[in-house]
Amino acid sequence: MAFPHRLDAPELPDFSLLKRLARDQLIYLLEQLPGKKDLFIEADLMSPLDRIANVSILKQHEVDKLYKVENKPALSANEQLCFLVRPRVKTMRYIANLVNADKLAGRIRKYKVILTPQKFYACEMVLEEEGVCGDVSCDEWAFSLLPLDVDLLSMELPEFFRDYFLEGDQRWINTVAQALHLLSTLYGPFPNCYGIGRCAKMSYDLWKKLEEEEDSETKGRRPEIGHIFLLDRDMDFVTALCSQVVYEGLVDDTFRIKCGSVDFGPEVTSSDKSLKVLLNAEDKVFNEIRNEHFSNVFGFLSQKARNLQAQYDRRRGMDIKQMKNFVSQELKGLKQEHRLLSLHIGACESIMKKKTKQDFQELIKTEHALLEGFSIRESTNYIEEHIDRQVSPIESLRLMCLLSITENGEPKDPSQECQIEKYAQELKNRLFAGISLLSPFDLSSSYGPEHLLTFSNLRRAGLLTEQAPGDTLTAVESKVSKLVTDKAAGKITDAFSSLAKRSNFRAISKKLNLIPRVDGEYDLKVPRDMAYVFSGAYVPLSCRIIEQVLERRSWQGLDEVVRLLNCSEFAFIDMAKEDKASSESLRLILVVFLGGCTFSEISALRFLGREKGYRFIFLTTAITNSARLMEAMSEVKA
Amino acid sequence: MPHSLFRKAGPMNRTKGDEEEYWNSSKFKAFTFDDEDDELSQLKESKRAVNSLRDFVDDDDDDDLERVSWTGEPVGSISWSIKETAGTSGSTPEGREQLKGRNSFYTQLPKPTSTYSLSSFFKGRTRLGSFQSLSDALSDTPAKSYAPELGRPKGEYRDYSNDWSPSDTVRRLRRGKVCSLERFRSLQDKLQLLEEAVSMHDGNVITAVLIFLKRTLSKEILFRELEVRQVALRHLIHFLKEIGDQKLLLDLFRFLDRTEELAVNDRHLESAGQTEVFRKHPRKAPILNMPLVTTLFYACFYHYTESEGTFSSPINLKKTFKIPDKQYVLTALAARAKLRAWNDVDALFTTKNWLGYTKKRAPIGFHRVVEILHKNSAPVQILQDYVNLVEDVDTKLNLATKLKCHDVVIDTCRDLKDRQQLLAYRSKVDKGSVEEEKIDAILSSSQIRWKN
Repeated sequence: MAFPHRLDAPELPDFSLLKRLARDQLIYLLEQLPGKKDLFIEADLMSPLDRIANVSILKQHEVDKLYKVENKPALSANEQLCFLVRPRVKTMRYIANLVNADKLAGRIRKYKVILTPQKFYACEMVLEEEGVCGDVSCDEWAFSLLPLDVDLLSMELPEFFRDYFLEGDQRWINTVAQALHLLSTLYGPFPNCYGIGRCAKMSYDLWKKLEEEEDSETKGRRPEIGHIFLLDRDMDFVTALCSQVVYEGLVDDTFRIKCGSVDFGPEVTSSDKSLKVLLNAEDKVFNEIRNEHFSNVFGFLSQKARNLQAQYDRRRGMDIKQMKNFVSQELKGLKQEHRLLSLHIGACESIMKKKTKQDFQELIKTEHALLEGFSIRESTNYIEEHIDRQVSPIESLRLMCLLSITENGEPKDPSQECQIEKYAQELKNRLFAGISLLSPFDLSSSYGPEHLLTFSNLRRAGLLTEQAPGDTLTAVESKVSKLVTDKAAGKITDAFSSLAKRSNFRAISKKLNLIPRVDGEYDLKVPRDMAYVFSGAYVPLSCRIIEQVLERRSWQGLDEVVRLLNCSEFAFIDMAKEDKASSESLRLILVVFLGGCTFSEISALRFLGREKGYRFIFLTTAITNSARLMEAMSEVKA
Repeated sequence: MPHSLFRKAGPMNRTKGDEEEYWNSSKFKAFTFDDEDDELSQLKESKRAVNSLRDFVDDDDDDDLERVSWTGEPVGSISWSIKETAGTSGSTPEGREQLKGRNSFYTQLPKPTSTYSLSSFFKGRTRLGSFQSLSDALSDTPAKSYAPELGRPKGEYRDYSNDWSPSDTVRRLRRGKVCSLERFRSLQDKLQLLEEAVSMHDGNVITAVLIFLKRTLSKEILFRELEVRQVALRHLIHFLKEIGDQKLLLDLFRFLDRTEELAVNDRHLESAGQTEVFRKHPRKAPILNMPLVTTLFYACFYHYTESEGTFSSPINLKKTFKIPDKQYVLTALAARAKLRAWNDVDALFTTKNWLGYTKKRAPIGFHRVVEILHKNSAPVQILQDYVNLVEDVDTKLNLATKLKCHDVVIDTCRDLKDRQQLLAYRSKVDKGSVEEEKIDAILSSSQIRWKN
């Protein structure tokens, strides 16, 4: 129960340094606007900022009042305004409007805009166009790495996913390269680099370019981290689309972990208040259950509660001196533990309640069937029903994507091919062939035209997969692609058709043995492989790729997998010739997820690390899960 | 503001000793932003300080679970503080203290915050750790500056006269420097610059070059060149979406023949209120979770004139979803009538035969058409055209009478040679009106053989 780290596990580098660095850079920038000033902070920067600074630090540097950047006039009466924002055109317009309104009113103030993690020319262009270029000074705050935990660094850039994978905008590649450069300056060079994916390759190239140009000072440094592995999210959408069942992932799916903390509502705290709780290795109770399959968590917590009770009970029969000791030394810890325990028990109860209502068991069963590729008919019926019941558009979309990606590339009986024009035939097929048949009426009548646009996005991002010509279509795909491509399909001018890839999930799954063969019951208490994060049904593809490459120290023997991933040009490796790395550092691996990673993947790799004596460090553009992926593609704004 | 660190600005929260040290420390030489020494100003001190940071024992950033306010935010956190500003704008510190007092979770006093400011940070040279020696050893090589680079207008403009090659220019752009692109005048130079930017993979730089190209090339040339440069094209599309240049975006999509994106764009037009139809008839509710008919109605309302290829076009919906003719006509009629688009209504029922003659035809029957038009308060002139098309005479008369389509009633009575009914109708029209005159003229006509 609760995997302890191996005694020989290498120690993690101290990432709190990054926090301090970011904080000091911010302070330095604030001091560039001497005197009292009001600070306007963009909403999604508030939590990251909270993790590295606090109000009194800002006050020390003469920040007077704090405001959220909102689309309404500023109430501030201060002579100096400072804006701490993401580089977004919308925000620049807001600032420009504010400055212009001041100008109209004859009011003179000083303005400073601090863009983080970097400036964009498009933003500066907006300021120039709005005529406020000289009035506003723009600085860059390279705060791109936030340590959310001892082994987890987040760039806190959820928009990375949509910007790159949907829009094809490479604006964050430089940010990634700079972040990697910073890491190598602080923690030494990475002797072994691996990567797969177009974005991974580009980020790697730009990073190396930076190091060349800067006449890198990392030369001669001893590496602290022996390996770095870069991986694009679109190498493995399947894992990210699955429902999570390890505790941390489940908490994320259920309550949304935001910047390393979660808001537990009254239903969890069993009081009338909500509570914001940091979830990391510091929370001793959480740390023991975070990577556990949910089915183990209850038992663990009740055992823990019994132990706690026993410890409290010890005070009976104590003499005064012992009691004094107990109160001064143990009581606080026990109280703390007690509070944490009751929180996580509350969270578990709340999760159970919600999942029971959702018919979670049925859902998981369907997902597993899709992953394993059996009883497709039942699965599609389930999904269809899911759509009909209008449970949740996002959930339905997720299941459709999962179906589409897992089924794509399977040769099908041509008689199963169906066309919209032959709806009657479809019905027959539905009965006899058992392939997916979502009536077009289901799609549009349930979810309306905006979702047609969302479909178009999903297709472009490769979450709903494109059929190669000549392939027979599953009904969902034919329908969906009909809906979204119309006559544009087949046009060479379509920029995205070249990027739309076939998923070869089934073939990859076979090659990499992603579906473990199980004789009897998979013992979730004593997991034997990474599949435990999906109840023993499936080894996360992303993690398996990493495992295989690390084992071989190359892509050799994985050519077929790489080809099936459509990544022949973008799988790379770069090993330092002279190896100055200590054996300890060689057991530390930094995994960079471009486009986000899920807690399930983190848990799976933590498990792998324990098995093999490695330790993984995670760097992600943001924490993600299936709902976030779908929302990022959605044109339906809530 | 290159020298701002030397400017003593207002009272700061430092102890006297700290302040002395801060302002007198010789180490601040490293921070002199010598304008003449732009590229070379290196913050060696900061690097040294950073590397020695590990020597500090300072755990003031432990967030403590217990310091949480009544809203659930950790007290003293920035989120919490912003909520305070928003809620009790201008609240006094005392007020805030009271709030804290009331908060049952606030069982602990906040730890004294670190007195650690920038100044103490740059003093961190007391202990020689392993990193220390390393950075000392390296101090002669150009060091990476850890202090963020600041906007320095003077330095920026100096570059304008210089002739940078495409690769130099792109390198400067990548470092966030303002860099004049004006010297790239020939199309070839411009494209070379763009290709150099693309080869570096930095989207920000690609966009910077595209902003320049957009300004200095006609859109026909720009589109033509981008069509074969997909990476750059996607950057331009995203950029146009972001700045909301719908017009150019539409032109671009038309050029590329991308119908589906045209439709997406339409939604943005709607939200921006740039199209008249959306401005005059704002959508009351999102068309989410609505039946197909509603979707069709929406499409007929907002997307009626779109070409068939666009998926939001009603014709396309009709085809895709095999909507029966009757249902389609009913829905389209209702939508167009609501918009008082009488020409569209007219077109809906006009069919041409193979000889080119036009004919009026309504799959739902014209009496239903009239009903719907009347419900949408169509003017009498329009109504009577359609009343006239009703085939069954009794129905036609009833409708015309009910809807006060006088001409239709009068003409019909005349055609039926029904003198009695016409006389009866005469009493219903206004005295001395045009209609009365018309009836009188017909009644006195000698050419009609009345049947009664």
